[in-house]
Amino acid sequence: MTEREKILARVREALKVTAPLPGSHGETHLPASAKNISTARQWLPKVGESFAEQLALFQKNAAELKADFQLLASRDELENALAKISTAENWKRIASHHGELTDFVSGSLDLPICFTDKNYDVHELETCDAGISECDALVAQTGSVLVANRSAGGRALSVLPPHHVVLARREQLVADLPAAFELLQQKYAANYPSMISFITGPSRTSDIERILVLGAHGPKKLTILCF
Amino acid sequence: MAGDLRHRKIIRAALGNYEIARDKRKASFQSWESARQLAAETKWDALNHLDKYLVEFTAKIEARGTKVHWASTAAQAREIILQIVRDKKAKSVIKSKAMTAEEIHLNDALEHAGLNVVENDLGEFIVQLRHEAPYHIVFPSMHLTRGEISELFQRELGSTPTNDPEELTMIARRALRKKFLTADIGITGANFAIAETGMISITENEGNARLTAALPKTMISLLGIEKILPKLGDLALFLPMLATAGTGQPLTCYNTMYGGPRQPGESDGPEEWHVVLLDNHRTELLADVEQRDVLHCIRCGACLNVCPIFKNIGGHTYGTVYSGPIGSVITPHLRGLQDWKHLSNASSLCGACTEACPVKIDLHHHLLQNRRNAAVQQPTLKEQIGFKSFVQLANHPKLWAFAKKFARLTQPLQKLVRGTRLDPGYHWTQTRDLPDVAPETFKDWWRKRK
Repeated sequence: MTEREKILARVREALKVTAPLPGSHGETHLPASAKNISTARQWLPKVGESFAEQLALFQKNAAELKADFQLLASRDELENALAKISTAENWKRIASHHGELTDFVSGSLDLPICFTDKNYDVHELETCDAGISECDALVAQTGSVLVANRSAGGRALSVLPPHHVVLARREQLVADLPAAFELLQQKYAANYPSMISFITGPSRTSDIERILVLGAHGPKKLTILCF
Repeated sequence: MAGDLRHRKIIRAALGNYEIARDKRKASFQSWESARQLAAETKWDALNHLDKYLVEFTAKIEARGTKVHWASTAAQAREIILQIVRDKKAKSVIKSKAMTAEEIHLNDALEHAGLNVVENDLGEFIVQLRHEAPYHIVFPSMHLTRGEISELFQRELGSTPTNDPEELTMIARRALRKKFLTADIGITGANFAIAETGMISITENEGNARLTAALPKTMISLLGIEKILPKLGDLALFLPMLATAGTGQPLTCYNTMYGGPRQPGESDGPEEWHVVLLDNHRTELLADVEQRDVLHCIRCGACLNVCPIFKNIGGHTYGTVYSGPIGSVITPHLRGLQDWKHLSNASSLCGACTEACPVKIDLHHHLLQNRRNAAVQQPTLKEQIGFKSFVQLANHPKLWAFAKKFARLTQPLQKLVRGTRLDPGYHWTQTRDLPDVAPETFKDWWRKRK
């Protein structure tokens, strides 16, 4: 008998008796099979229904998380916004991946680019001043950016360089976490990417006296340029 | 430890701030109580159909090129991981925070095999440099001040003195960056394992687990079999609840789902991914219908943070990997009831832990059940001999009088060796005070008074 069989046999033996439902005092519970992603929605923090409310909520959450959220009037302003940051931080080298939005702007900076969607040298990525990526969604409820390695240039681009810049469209904003998981299911259920991540603000730690410090191991700055 | 006022002040300040943040987050839920009920029912479903979900999880995750290993015991899990390390001829390992790895004492085993193992969560890195166990399951270094950490970094990393938490964090960041770029193997834990899609989910703030899962060529993830959640969408509930209960955040900085090693067409990530599923007495807990819900635990640490005992004695006093109420409940199951039954008494039975638990584990009743179960069992030999001797002593007045005199006369000698192995009361005096025997017995005093 393999260890797998042994463990599963012990599990099956243990489960011959079913445990009482949690907090059960005779009331009826929804059977597990009847629950779906949106069951949780009614208990999670409330999100307004209109787009304006959701956008305002994302803005408020981003500010609390110390992420820089810039709402731009059109796609053409992306270039300008990016150039401003590049000048202010004196970027020498950037990292990015190929995509409709990234291709549109990254060339305009006239800086050497390390592309991470084909084989790349991680030491080169480490020397980049910023990583510029697209995303799958913005989540109003939590102020999160949803990325996958397939849509955002691999696993390391969004976490290794000291500044992560996300390019997003307004219509990528979703209301809440259940909606984000529904989106993942619709987009990828046939073949999920090997990494999916909710990025909620720049990297942080409070391990020293519970005092917040940004930029523990990941980016010290997170900028979201949204048009 | 409870008498160490400085220690208590540090812990109280840290946990006071936690409570404020957590209450704010709880209040933002439309109904925290209903969310708890839903979370508890989801975990109930996962555990009461664990065989089905484990089979589904492994089939899905293996289909995408992940190697799954099963370990009944801690020793087997260590051996599986050591074998992978040997096969890869690895020299250096980086590890993101994993309580399960603490449970099986993985670092000791790896270091014993001649490997360089570096913890990359800041708090874990600090306690590793101090050769200490984590103080708390979520905040490993919460018992240390910035001054102590600065001294530690000066000594171990040769850094310049600073009192700025940000500067200290950057010292660690620079030191660990090099390790990330050169390590052969990355080891992680997991917060959840999703049966529906064959993924693990890792919750963190620093980005260290993300780097661990992105840079080394081989990745190993160690998790208990109880980490299962049925559906990917269940995370929409569990991720914000874990963050709220754990640290008082709406969501931690990175919540990442991994579904395989680097896939065809992907540009980075490990070439090989090994997932080690650990039993280590979990199936015994599963067989205990009364306490099966203990396996709901998502290791958020909320029960530690509200526990009046933990707040006073601190995490190291327990002498266990898992401290606080959850540790007191599960340690007797993991390491033997008779040897660890005293933990069931490290409780005021106030129920604060049960109320704080986001997945509704009935913690304080389980502490009572452990007391009951310990009482009906045969106690350890040491305890049997101890009590039998005491009965003899207490039933014979002359022997009793002699013992009192003997104690009074020999106590000054005991003081000379107190705290050393020569001390016959070593196991007691190591962690407790031994009060002085009164210079005069009540009987003598009574006689004189007449």
